Amino acid sequence: MSTVSADLERLDIVAVGHVDHGKSTVIGRLMADTGSLPEGKLDQVKAMCKVNARPFEYAFLLDALKNEQAQGITIDTARCFFNTPKRHYIIHDAPGHVEFLKNMITGASRAQAALLVIDAQEGVRENSKRHGYILSMLGIRQIAVLVNKMDLLDWDQEAFDAVTREYADFLARLGVRPTAFIPVSARDGANIVARAAEAPWYDGPTVLEQVEAFKSLDDDLERPFRMPLQDVYKFTASGDDRRIFVGTVETGRIRPGDGVVFLPSGKRSTVETIEALSGPRPDEAYAGQATGLTLDTQVYAKPGEMMVRADQPAPLVADRLRANIFWMATAPLVRGRRYVLRMGAARVPVELESVLSVLDSQELQSVTGAAQVERHDIAEVIFRSTRPVAFDAAETLEPTSRFVVVAGFDTAGCGIALEALPEAAANADGERRFSVGEVTDEQRAARYGHAGKAVVLVGESAADAHAVAASLERRIFDLGVHSYCLGATDLGEDKDVLGREAQIGRLGEIAWAMTDAGIVLVAALGDMDRFDLDRLRALAAPHEVFVIGRGDGGDLGADLDLPASLATEAAAEAALRALTAAGVLPEPA
Amino acid sequence: MNQLETLEAKSVHILREAYRSLGNVCMLWSIGKDSTVLLHLARKAFFGHVPIPLVHIDTAYKMPEMIEYRDELALEWRLNLVVGQNREALAAKQTFPDDCVDRITCCRNLKTMALKHTLSGEWPRLRMDHTLGKLVEDEDLSPYTGVIVGVRADEEGSRSKERYFSPRDVENDWNVDDQPPELWRYFKTDFEPGTHVRVHPLLDWTELNVWEYIERENIPVTSLYFDNGEGIRCRSLGCYPCTTPVQSTARNVEEIIEELRSGKFSNIAERSGRAQDKDDGGGLESLRRGGYM
Repeated sequence: MSTVSADLERLDIVAVGHVDHGKSTVIGRLMADTGSLPEGKLDQVKAMCKVNARPFEYAFLLDALKNEQAQGITIDTARCFFNTPKRHYIIHDAPGHVEFLKNMITGASRAQAALLVIDAQEGVRENSKRHGYILSMLGIRQIAVLVNKMDLLDWDQEAFDAVTREYADFLARLGVRPTAFIPVSARDGANIVARAAEAPWYDGPTVLEQVEAFKSLDDDLERPFRMPLQDVYKFTASGDDRRIFVGTVETGRIRPGDGVVFLPSGKRSTVETIEALSGPRPDEAYAGQATGLTLDTQVYAKPGEMMVRADQPAPLVADRLRANIFWMATAPLVRGRRYVLRMGAARVPVELESVLSVLDSQELQSVTGAAQVERHDIAEVIFRSTRPVAFDAAETLEPTSRFVVVAGFDTAGCGIALEALPEAAANADGERRFSVGEVTDEQRAARYGHAGKAVVLVGESAADAHAVAASLERRIFDLGVHSYCLGATDLGEDKDVLGREAQIGRLGEIAWAMTDAGIVLVAALGDMDRFDLDRLRALAAPHEVFVIGRGDGGDLGADLDLPASLATEAAAEAALRALTAAGVLPEPA
Repeated sequence: MNQLETLEAKSVHILREAYRSLGNVCMLWSIGKDSTVLLHLARKAFFGHVPIPLVHIDTAYKMPEMIEYRDELALEWRLNLVVGQNREALAAKQTFPDDCVDRITCCRNLKTMALKHTLSGEWPRLRMDHTLGKLVEDEDLSPYTGVIVGVRADEEGSRSKERYFSPRDVENDWNVDDQPPELWRYFKTDFEPGTHVRVHPLLDWTELNVWEYIERENIPVTSLYFDNGEGIRCRSLGCYPCTTPVQSTARNVEEIIEELRSGKFSNIAERSGRAQDKDDGGGLESLRRGGYM
């Protein structure tokens, strides 16, 4: 083999197709005929076949590389490596059996191009169509269709044309134009690497020529900058004062001096540096890189936000979205259940609002009126969240339109966002009402000498916020006010987004009821943001919530900010004064 | 981006994702070239810091050069080095070099078992004390719920089917037939309590990529990989009783790369010098199902 250089690029290709249409044979042949097999492997497998009195097949070769002979079908995506003088390839051999669609998707989502194998004799089958659809949804635009087993049809051009026509029509309805249709016999190695002498009528590329012609897609560089904020690093304990905003750049490029916006919070700053392990700092970060940036102002953007450039078109920010989804879990996607939507680095709680249509993958017809989305269905749906999320519409910027849906602990669905929808007219949460008695707020206030109020202390740590809240409530109680103190930990776990959402939900109800009862409630919460507080306010309405931010996070839209430098007692005292000044508490007698 | 840049970016992303989402996660450091590349990638991901403990399983049959090199790097890069060992099996001589058990059982005892109990915190651990400059008994025995490993898909069949984030249940079982889907950059990071997660940032790297990256980044590797004049070198590092050096006169990284690209090793599997693979039917399958990395 000729010299392979580290400077060459690597292209990921997925091989898909209906079960038994010959994917593994194609890959085995491609590896054998390009000299990419380990020494002696071919002879070893041939000898094994001889011992077992089986005719040798190239698919066995692949099985031998993957230890998969037992079942005779590809169960999971496996990687096969091969090289040409032009570049390096990984072929992801994806299973064709419908049971293993999620594995096929796993392989396909890693690829930039696809080989889709169709048996010339059997023609276009269900999974040929489903795979075609999934490739298009995953955004794979380079598809070579290999019409295999042409030798069984004596290389009949009309048979080839018939399959080509049928499948091209199908893909056209998805808006996909395949790069090539190639008649092959993988078994004989015809039109794989060597040209098929049997088909003088075919003047297109061989499979290898087509593979070499696939483009590595780097047009993402010229698109608007998008970086899901994966994390924010501060290694202060190791004497490093940098605050580094890290993530993998999905599209576009960014340089020091560029203005940036974090969404959905809307926080703004300017890039100061692009960080590196050693050597001079890079002057640019671009699509595909896992990078880290520092900013020239103190910005408390949180992991999960999307970082974009201020001078470029903004992404969408919404709490309702229309999307195409492919469902993989055994349990269907249903209404009334909470899921987690992962969009970029964000995780937001969502529920299914409605199913607009379900696609019949056989006929590609939309069926409306479905109540839920079953396993292996492709559907158009509306999701609704209790907090906004930033994304792009697939037709504008595909990479940042991609999402997955988590049910319980599992990745249950994947899809692309199509559109942001306006906020729902009546948020279900806001409609919750308790029936109350005859005593009015005024009568209670007259009796107690003060009105009810929910005071919420938000700190970076729930424990610290609770300490201040407890001290504050003691002071309020000592004023003769009817008070109560509640910590976030009493409201359930907040380890994940669904837990946090539930915590806010419960606190919202308690805040409404206690305020209505004329009591001054002091509640402590951990790491919450403006959107959590917005929801809390909506839940407590028409009662107003008095928010106290504790720490240096800022930007909560709080009624009072208490710096972290203030010790617990001093913070409680400052809060007491502010509440008195705001008229929440009566003046001390 | 060329392929090393692409591979680097993906691995860094995976390391950051593991660090962000997996609670008490550690990284295995076998002192070999792959896990040392992984360590270098971690320094890149975290800008010179390695906020993840590095666990080394000391079988007591590693070559002395490996241990020296380990401690030197740990001190220089201020690594949180944690060392585990199957002290009982060694004391009871339940090893292959002691001629008491076969190779596979020896691997199970000194590697798989030691790893399992070191991760769970059931067995004592040593930790590098940077003030004293040596290993001391570790007082923190909290279990690691996730482990980052430098396995590569091109090494052998079962590894080619791995996920980047791969759950193993309480019994350490790997359900190859029903692995979670991985889409785009969305890896499975939500797990039922009790699940143990393995993270594989180097899956898409080949042996050649590893050496090309070592060259590009100037990563220090142990001298065992190079011929020191005797015409032999190690291609894959294990315990000395089971690692056969290969005939090679490659004296430095550049010569190794040449050997892999177009020379004598361009078509020969890397682990061909590892005797336990052959005893395990050539596939490592049974060892790996039991928790071997």
